[in-house]
Amino acid sequence: MSSAMNVAAVEKKVEQSRPWSLWLRQAGAIFRLELRKNLFGKRAVLLYMLALFPVLLMALLALVNSEDIRTNFSEVNEVFSAIYQGLILRTVVFFGCAWMFMNLFRGEVVDRSLHYYFLCPVRREVLVVGKYLSGLVSAIFLFLMTTIGSIFFIYLAGYPTSTQFLFNGPGLGQVFTYLGITILACVGYGAVFLVIGLFFRNPIVPALVVYGWEFINFLLPPVLKKISVIHYLQSLTPIPMSEGPFAVIAEPTPAWIAIPGLIIFTLIVLAVASVRIRRMEIRYGGE
Amino acid sequence: MMETETQQTPEQMIVFEDVSKFYGDILGVNRVNLTIAPGITSLVGPNGSGKTTLMNLMTGLLRPTRGRISVLGVNTDDPEQLFRRVGYCAQFDSFPRGATGRSFIRSYLSVHGFEKREADELTERALERVGLQHAADRKVGGYSKGMRQRIRLGQSIAHNPSVLILDEPLNGLDPMARAETIRLFRQLAAEGLHLIISSHILHEVNMMSDCVVLINNGYIVAEGDIHGVRDEMEEHPMQILVRCDRPSRLAARLFEQDHIVEARMHEDRQGLFIKTRDADKFYVLLNKIVLEEKLNIETVAPADDDLDAVYQYLITSEGAS
Repeated sequence: MSSAMNVAAVEKKVEQSRPWSLWLRQAGAIFRLELRKNLFGKRAVLLYMLALFPVLLMALLALVNSEDIRTNFSEVNEVFSAIYQGLILRTVVFFGCAWMFMNLFRGEVVDRSLHYYFLCPVRREVLVVGKYLSGLVSAIFLFLMTTIGSIFFIYLAGYPTSTQFLFNGPGLGQVFTYLGITILACVGYGAVFLVIGLFFRNPIVPALVVYGWEFINFLLPPVLKKISVIHYLQSLTPIPMSEGPFAVIAEPTPAWIAIPGLIIFTLIVLAVASVRIRRMEIRYGGE
Repeated sequence: MMETETQQTPEQMIVFEDVSKFYGDILGVNRVNLTIAPGITSLVGPNGSGKTTLMNLMTGLLRPTRGRISVLGVNTDDPEQLFRRVGYCAQFDSFPRGATGRSFIRSYLSVHGFEKREADELTERALERVGLQHAADRKVGGYSKGMRQRIRLGQSIAHNPSVLILDEPLNGLDPMARAETIRLFRQLAAEGLHLIISSHILHEVNMMSDCVVLINNGYIVAEGDIHGVRDEMEEHPMQILVRCDRPSRLAARLFEQDHIVEARMHEDRQGLFIKTRDADKFYVLLNKIVLEEKLNIETVAPADDDLDAVYQYLITSEGAS
């Protein structure tokens, strides 16, 4: 078949399927390729270690303090909330998302492989969506496992008191709330770090700046608190964490604002990423 | 400009209109005006001359600082349209980790949007064209340099593009693979494709190119078919070898003419290398001398009408100055 005929055939097919089915097919192909890289690539090792850390810690705590956990389960539940917010949310999910999402584009620039995508007849926005969704699914998978694993050991150590708390008390609702917060954290932090990876050659410094901003969130005045991801996530936690004597107290944002707010924020950040990537050049030599 | 170009519309050409690219203060290419017709066009120039920049501009990997580029009527800002028509085999020797030859081609065809069955067919065809069916299921990481070059070539032609851009495609290939690859290029050109090839191997460029673009320090120094480029270089004497029975007599007669720059005896003393500023006048004069002196002429042939000579004149120290 001549190339002219091929091009005509492809264009006809594109015309017929344009735009959504083609874009979905392309985004799906990018998603599958990236998912493999995210979960089985060399960079995934660090993520698995990070994701496993709280689970191992909880397992150790459960092993050492099983008697205390069984007798004071409601207290332990508060301790878990602090561990979840301080360790899982602010550290594991934060740095895990930073590593995964910043590498979606920056990692390919370092590996000198981004041009393969740029040389395909695919809208750059579709590339952003495909990559973001692959990162999101990978992060949700890993960090839900972290959350579930950590909760599992606490509940296992607290058995049989914990069973009562889980099925006849607020336990099950709390578990689902923690899982929902983990998912939302991946959604919000994922978008932030994807865009950082697109704008900065060395994204570590801006990532640390974001970490610093999120870390001092408890000291910020209420208006500034709202310009952060952690504020909305904390507003959703079932048991509020004490932030110490210097914390500036602010009303938590209701869930009906926090959840759509985070999603809208994510969409805006992804739109910025799309604008950026449309103008992006491949200059590996300059990296 | 080649004769065929006058019969082609901009929708069938690659057009650079006053294109410049600067990397900060560093010049990539400057004021490039170029029209490339179907066939094999070679970009020739030393390292850092701007060949890869030109190719990256053609494929939208770089954006011009100034000017406009269209490939078969498509703006390079529109990857969705552009890469249905264009395949680019870049020099970057990197591959997705763990990919086999087959999965490498197959996965990027799926990003193109091809259905599974179609992508499988195109993958097999591409593997066959680059002669890598036997190694298709081996990991690319374990391929030799030549095989990696060929699998990248396979990936760039898999979707049957109308324009194929190849950055140093013969690098790392053994002589057999080189010959095979050049044959494939010729076949693709015969099918009506545009092939834009950058290379340092002048002999091979000379053999396969319909058109050459000589580039140095970011400027297009010359363009056209090799012989045409040579003819345009009026300021550079052309060297012609005349093999005859009495070369010293011929030399004596030729030195009487202004346009003859140099006459040098061949090592076997059966021929004469003549440098002239006016080849047409020389051939008329040679006929006259042959008749008058009754010389026996064995051969008359241009001795530097090839790309190597053009390259030497225009790009190496003499040409650059």
